[in-house]
Amino acid sequence: MAKVVAVTGNEAVAEALRQVNPDVCGIYPITPQTDMMQRYASFINNGKVDTEAVLVESEHSSMSACIGASAAGGRVVTATSSTGLALMWEMLHIASGDRLPIIMPVVNRALSAPLNIHGDHSDAMGARDTGWIQIWSENGQEAYDNTIQAFRIGEHMDIRLPAMVCMDGFIISHSIERMEYLEDAEVKKFVGEFKNLHPLLDLDKPKSYGPLILTDLFHEYKRAQHEVMTKVKGVVLEVAGEFEKLSGRKYGLFESYRLEDADIALVILNSAAGTSKDVVDAFRDRGIKAGLLKPRLFRPFPYEEVAAALKNTKAVCVMDRADSFGGYGPLFMEVSSALYQLRNRPALINKIYGLGGRDYLPSHAELVLNELDGIAKGGKINVFKEYIGVRE
Amino acid sequence: MEKTFARPRSLKTVPFRYCPGCGHSLIHRLIAECIDELGIREKVVGIAPVGCAVFSYDYFNFDILESAHGRPPAVATALKRVMPQKIIFSYQGDGDLAAIGTSEIIHAAARGENISVFFVNNANYGMTGGQMAPTTILGQRTTTTPGGRSAATEGYPLRVSELLATIEGASFIQRVSLDTYGEVTAAKSAISRAFRGQMEGRGFSLVEILSPCPTDWGFSPKASLEWIRTAMKKVYPTGVMKDRDKGI
Ligand SMILES: Cc1ncc(C[n+]2csc(CCOP(=O)(O)OP(=O)(O)O)c2C)c(N)n1
Ligand code: SF4
Repeated sequence: MAKVVAVTGNEAVAEALRQVNPDVCGIYPITPQTDMMQRYASFINNGKVDTEAVLVESEHSSMSACIGASAAGGRVVTATSSTGLALMWEMLHIASGDRLPIIMPVVNRALSAPLNIHGDHSDAMGARDTGWIQIWSENGQEAYDNTIQAFRIGEHMDIRLPAMVCMDGFIISHSIERMEYLEDAEVKKFVGEFKNLHPLLDLDKPKSYGPLILTDLFHEYKRAQHEVMTKVKGVVLEVAGEFEKLSGRKYGLFESYRLEDADIALVILNSAAGTSKDVVDAFRDRGIKAGLLKPRLFRPFPYEEVAAALKNTKAVCVMDRADSFGGYGPLFMEVSSALYQLRNRPALINKIYGLGGRDYLPSHAELVLNELDGIAKGGKINVFKEYIGVRE
Repeated sequence: MEKTFARPRSLKTVPFRYCPGCGHSLIHRLIAECIDELGIREKVVGIAPVGCAVFSYDYFNFDILESAHGRPPAVATALKRVMPQKIIFSYQGDGDLAAIGTSEIIHAAARGENISVFFVNNANYGMTGGQMAPTTILGQRTTTTPGGRSAATEGYPLRVSELLATIEGASFIQRVSLDTYGEVTAAKSAISRAFRGQMEGRGFSLVEILSPCPTDWGFSPKASLEWIRTAMKKVYPTGVMKDRDKGI
């Protein structure tokens, strides 16, 4: 029986972690993640979980501790944000290269400089190429559900990869929403007992993690990482199917919102997708066929499926809450690559919005959809990449 | 009547927005007074930490460079080396200096960099809401050690001044406190001494200041000073840990 609660995103994810009860967690504070692992520290103190907490001195050490614990054969979590994730960069590659299924909620926040504590996607986008699975969440409910599913995905015997679950800093981590929790026993059964694969300290089969591999086999090793990523989509869908049976909530590789017959569409991640859906509805009421695609699985990116979902549209805007300075927004580049394979492609533009927590307003979505409507009706594209909501 | 007391020129004319009873305001004031008295305001560049004192640029009336969490000693090293005629200080909390930035401070001391470091020990991570720092004392309750820090699971408090005093490159290391008028006066002398050391080219100096954080400790400002006196000073005794000139 589901329990209906009113909680923040951080609280919901801490609850998901409590229900999973991992063996080891690395704890180190950074806004806006801090209160998630702080809550977890009180679960430990109150005997609600039997996780071994390691209170480390930096994120670099936190991920290093997680790598050690995971290689030893434990179910391991940590959480971070922003510069904390950036400081982990070296270790992120080691975690994925060693194929260690560490699960890490990432509460998205801008990177310095200038210093800013608010939500944007620069942190996780900077970790795009680290070999981690990335699952993105629109709201607290999705962050909770995705965290639980991430254990099944990362720990799947065909996968064994670390996974980060992203949600927007403050907008989601600190806002109270109505959501539904699963029962402890349901979560426990859903994630199942942690199964070891090649743990250390197996005296009959001693082994090494992360040894020196040079020109002889490094290339093959990396191809193996590429290949395992191609299997992730299937596992994500399989786990989502089982999760739907348990919770009634449906998940896919992405969410299509009123996209089937859409002429114009927004592609947009996380909380801003929620804001945009209302505006899509308003355009539909005015007889304009608008739709929205909200990516969920960003790494690996479901190129073919995204292309198929957008192939009948006339004009699409990819909205990025991060920038690759001197290039396009990171999400735009993925969608652009996906659409290139189509014979007939929609017109494609890129808007950068909401950096450092700048509010994303319905009026911004309206502006963009109006522009797309003009393009779909034969108007020309004035600028491919543009910042919106800028104070001039 | 003769004017006997004024706001230091090294402080802007804005009120502090640190919590009531917080040591940061007082330490800013002491640093500003020393800079005024030494007449070096136009030569000083400060390095702000990540921590509550990230806002020090709002108060100090001279140039401030904001650095990443824990990196001020490396940044200070570079500033001093490219501008040896300037006076460079870093201002760091115990999270900044004794956790994420421990390696930077040890190596800056070992290289004997001619910089002044002001190290604010409030036994927790103030800005993020009072989590355990390496300096948290045994039994102290923090948001990540709600049952009190235990040596068995979280290890022992780190005595940074004692540690740095063992390093040959360090020239002057003193621990001071803010819990009595006498201690505050001693703190000011130590800060001044750290600046003078740099002006005279004596090399690396650090002043550790035991500083109240009433908000995260959950005490009144007055009780916080009492806690420094009765609990913190037992673990972190004040005094000169190293003074190369005096052979200490
Ligand atoms: C790489 C990185 N990790 C974590 C943080 C989050 N963070 C901000 S302030 C802080 C602790 C500051 O504590 P302290 O240095 O003791 O200063 P205080 O606030 O107590 O004065 C932390 C962990 C950060 N800014 N950057
Ligand atoms: S939280 Fe503590 S250190 Fe930070 S301003 Fe408040 S009292 Fe000072």
